[in-house]
Amino acid sequence: MRNKKIQLIILEVLGVLLGLLYISPFYIIIINSFKSKKEFLLNTLSWPNELLLDNYLKAMDKMGFLTAFKNSLIVTVLSLLLIVILSSMAAWMLARTKSKLSNVIFYSFVAAMLIPFQSVMLPLVDLFGVNKLNLINTHFGIIFMYVGFGASLSVFLFHGFVKSVPISLEEAATIDGCNKLQLYWKIVFPLLKSISVTVAILNGMWIWNDFLLPSLVLQKKELRTLPLSTKYFFGAYQADWTLAMAGLVLAIIPIIIFYLLAQKQIIKGVLAGSIK
Amino acid sequence: MKKNVFHDRLAFWGFVGPVLITFIMVVIIPFAMGLYYSFTDWSAIPDNPINYIGFQNYMEVFNDEQFIISFKATIIYTMISVLLINIIGFTLALLVTRKLKTSNLLRTTFFMPNLIGGIILGYVWRFIFMKVFVALASSTGIGFFGLPWLSDATHAIWAMAIVSTWQMGGYIMVIYVAALQGIPEDLLEAAQIDGANAWHRIKAIIFPLVAQAFTVSLFLTISSSFKMFDVNAALTKGDPSRLTELLTLEIYNKAFIESKFGVGQAQAVILFLLISVVSLTQVYLSKKREVEM
Repeated sequence: MRNKKIQLIILEVLGVLLGLLYISPFYIIIINSFKSKKEFLLNTLSWPNELLLDNYLKAMDKMGFLTAFKNSLIVTVLSLLLIVILSSMAAWMLARTKSKLSNVIFYSFVAAMLIPFQSVMLPLVDLFGVNKLNLINTHFGIIFMYVGFGASLSVFLFHGFVKSVPISLEEAATIDGCNKLQLYWKIVFPLLKSISVTVAILNGMWIWNDFLLPSLVLQKKELRTLPLSTKYFFGAYQADWTLAMAGLVLAIIPIIIFYLLAQKQIIKGVLAGSIK
Repeated sequence: MKKNVFHDRLAFWGFVGPVLITFIMVVIIPFAMGLYYSFTDWSAIPDNPINYIGFQNYMEVFNDEQFIISFKATIIYTMISVLLINIIGFTLALLVTRKLKTSNLLRTTFFMPNLIGGIILGYVWRFIFMKVFVALASSTGIGFFGLPWLSDATHAIWAMAIVSTWQMGGYIMVIYVAALQGIPEDLLEAAQIDGANAWHRIKAIIFPLVAQAFTVSLFLTISSSFKMFDVNAALTKGDPSRLTELLTLEIYNKAFIESKFGVGQAQAVILFLLISVVSLTQVYLSKKREVEM
């Protein structure tokens, strides 16, 4: 018994050390983001002499932080709203319709999960580009694309969830004279709340952090999302390490705040998304 | 009655239609276009004619030295990172499912890197490998920090795998934690009373009971490693001399730097086939193991 206690204490200490090691990269970029160039050159590992905010002010300005943050927020929120509503509508209808066509459509969504983005990106840019759909360099265009790419996993998750919901409630509402739209909006959608949060989190983590699609579709400076503006900023100032670190810290802060607020939902979402 | 059928159809398309149209326009049509383009001399210049040229792009791909380099680098990177991520993820899961006071805090910590985009993580680690490791090497004298992490191809591939492990370890941990929590406590206690040591318990009870989590984790890590782009683009950019350019970055460069869109698209089709064959085979084999146990 005593042996076991000692074992647990050793594990506890090991765990804490490992945890510290795990977050040490964050620590090291934060301390360097406050240093002057001169101090940085003298010692990379030391605690900063004084907390200089110059790097942050300059980084915010040079990377167009506020614009990029606003763009990321608009693109992510609107995409998630559309993904949740449109995918749940489709998944519910597909799950409740027993026909060959409905099966074919559902399995097309599932099968498409194997397609890597790189296999469609060149034709996608071609199709949405000049002389064709002309949706490059618009927020609408990229949101449309996120809905299309998010559809596969989202329809799949909603479909699995709908199948486990008893149908009797829907039947009762139909007898009471609900039409399909009322049925979905008043009865079904409220029942899907927990899976909707999961779908939103899984897609949100990916869309917020996505770099490749915005780099292909949003070439105008004023439309850039946060990962994209970080890339341009870092490319231009990478010799200036302390400034670059301040930019990276700025880019990381929003997602960490969100994580600390919505931790439980995030972990739940990750689990639900992995049970395929 | 007839009116009802019409209404049902209208409702069906009304509900399924919107997301189906975006999905078809964004995934299905570009995928089909891509298959076709890979057999043409497509230049991506609007109004330029597109001519069918058979397997010429594919021949060029397999005769392209850079493609072979990228292909090999991708396979090596995938093998290393799949192994590292799963070992670390499983170990972390074993740790945080013990009754530790800091268990919840540790889970939060280990999962955190996963939330940050690959492009940002790549830059964070570029700084660590280029500046911090060098400083650590000179102040501690530990050889590990002094290795040519980004200037030598073999080390740079390991560097990418280390970053991916740091990024995905916590994600995979969450999956293993759920599986480990599903194991009945009394089963482990009974084994311990019967004299099974820790390794025996892991081998005879824990491994078989988390087989399903292994299937999922392997699938996720294999496909994400094959698709890895952001960390590659930010951390090594393919350096030194394009030796660490993974397939995804090679496709990007082939099209946008060398302006060979048809050849790039042929590579993209090959990437799709590679991912499909490898991950479906893995799921099939892992599932078979699950049933046997």
